[in-house]
Amino acid sequence: MNGINIKNNKKNANKSDILRNIRIKKVKEKIIKNLLFGFGMVSVLITVAIFITLFSESVLFFQHIPILDFLTGTKWTPLFKPQHFGVLPLISGTFLIVIFSSIISIPIGLLSAIYLSEYAHKKVRKIVKPVIEVLAGIPSIVYGYFALNTITPFIRKIFPEASIYNALSASIAVGVMTIPMVLSLSEDSMKAVPNSLREGAYALGLTKLEVVYGVVIPAAFSGIVASFILAISRAIGETMIVALAAGSTPKLTLNPLESIQTMTGFIVQISQGDVVQGSIEAQSLFAVAMLLFVITLSMNLLSRYIVNRFKEDY
Amino acid sequence: MKVKMQIRDLNFYYGDFKALMDINMDIERKKVTALIGPSGCGKSTFIRTLNRMNDLIENTKVEGEILLDGEDIYSKKIEVEELRKKVGMVFQKPNPFPKSIYENIVYGPKRHGIRNKKQLDEIVEKSLRGAALWDEVKDRLNKSAWELSGGQQQRLCIARAIAMEPEVILMDEPTSALDPIATSKIENLIETLKKDYTIVIVTHSMQQAARISDNTAFFLMGELVEFGPTSTIFTTPKDQRTEDYITGRFG
Repeated sequence: MNGINIKNNKKNANKSDILRNIRIKKVKEKIIKNLLFGFGMVSVLITVAIFITLFSESVLFFQHIPILDFLTGTKWTPLFKPQHFGVLPLISGTFLIVIFSSIISIPIGLLSAIYLSEYAHKKVRKIVKPVIEVLAGIPSIVYGYFALNTITPFIRKIFPEASIYNALSASIAVGVMTIPMVLSLSEDSMKAVPNSLREGAYALGLTKLEVVYGVVIPAAFSGIVASFILAISRAIGETMIVALAAGSTPKLTLNPLESIQTMTGFIVQISQGDVVQGSIEAQSLFAVAMLLFVITLSMNLLSRYIVNRFKEDY
Repeated sequence: MKVKMQIRDLNFYYGDFKALMDINMDIERKKVTALIGPSGCGKSTFIRTLNRMNDLIENTKVEGEILLDGEDIYSKKIEVEELRKKVGMVFQKPNPFPKSIYENIVYGPKRHGIRNKKQLDEIVEKSLRGAALWDEVKDRLNKSAWELSGGQQQRLCIARAIAMEPEVILMDEPTSALDPIATSKIENLIETLKKDYTIVIVTHSMQQAARISDNTAFFLMGELVEFGPTSTIFTTPKDQRTEDYITGRFG
């Protein structure tokens, strides 16, 4: 009898030990889960806070300037009398930068991605890719300085009528800066296309070029588009290069040789200047920032739509 | 001519590693030739030399001759794209393109210049019927090929190969990723296909080789140990190693 009791006690002790262990584990799991949730929420809260600031300050601005005048006006002179708050010149400035930088970054980035992913020898790829990615690590102020001191004089040799500050010079620098984004992302998505698909196409007697544009690029399409959109968003948001090299004269023009101002360039100008807090000029900064936010957001939504619409799953 | 492909003194190297040694073999026209042997014996490497898929791998070397209807496929006169049109291939894992069923079939013919819609429609029906898939997919030709089951995908890949009207079809373990029912469908299909095509199939299942093939080649460590009619190989093998393998002593 006694012996059996001792045995049972031992068994119970073991059992409660195991139970306690499980309980401790569960508490730990809960703590970790809540901790992770907390960190996740921080970034959400920051985004919300930024949006609220932008929104509330913009509302104050739009109490003075009708939103329609802001969006359709062709004169932007917040710092002179008479003040005009038509944002189109800033949009056209940003637009110029986006167009001309994309003309550089998208073809060069995509074509070199195709080369590296499909044609280059392994050894070449191992050296070239990191070297190009270094371009992404150069601070944009360096690019801005480079644009002003190297690209601009060169442009003015070819086009003597170009201003010292001009959109083209800044665009070239922004374009070069965004090449690695297009390249890296497109190359990754092409490399991710399973080799079995390439083999399937080769086995049908397709040439290398046919395999690349018929199978690899369509299969990697969503990643490629994402890389374009990322480069464009970066060009829209790029600030240092355009503030340095593109000038600060808001102008409704499509001539890249002229001095312009972008939305971001204007924000820099206002932030640095001696503009009175709470004045309408200061509030205009938030309206422009709000517009920038909306444009970038729509770019993201657009890219998501395109990616879902055209993606080929594998 | 009874012989479709002749392999003469074939050696194959991955860098310094010799993967195939002095292979000599005749592949008979409109027959099924099975290649068996343990993993890493060179059977997959061998089948991929027959349509020069190994060209895609860097740092490889081929010696010897492979004749297709008497012409060396490694000669400079042969365009590799033309060769692969004649010698189609089906892979171990079904690899349909991420496109519709229809597009998968017409993909090859289109690249080789067929543009006529009616002609393409005919190719699609004929190829899918040929691969015993038509009845299952005829109402959803524009659906993604990736929605099909594994077995259907593999038959689609066979249809895609047939659409090129090849003379030889190479199959590299076409059923190893499939369940038994899908496997038996493919095996039945191979029976029908050999009326029109010369078939070479790599398989790691000896039962499969015994069921479907006319000739069997047994590979071991890059060597062709024994080659002959399937019935002979499986009942009265000449080489001790073949006997050990087919009786399950190793492999």
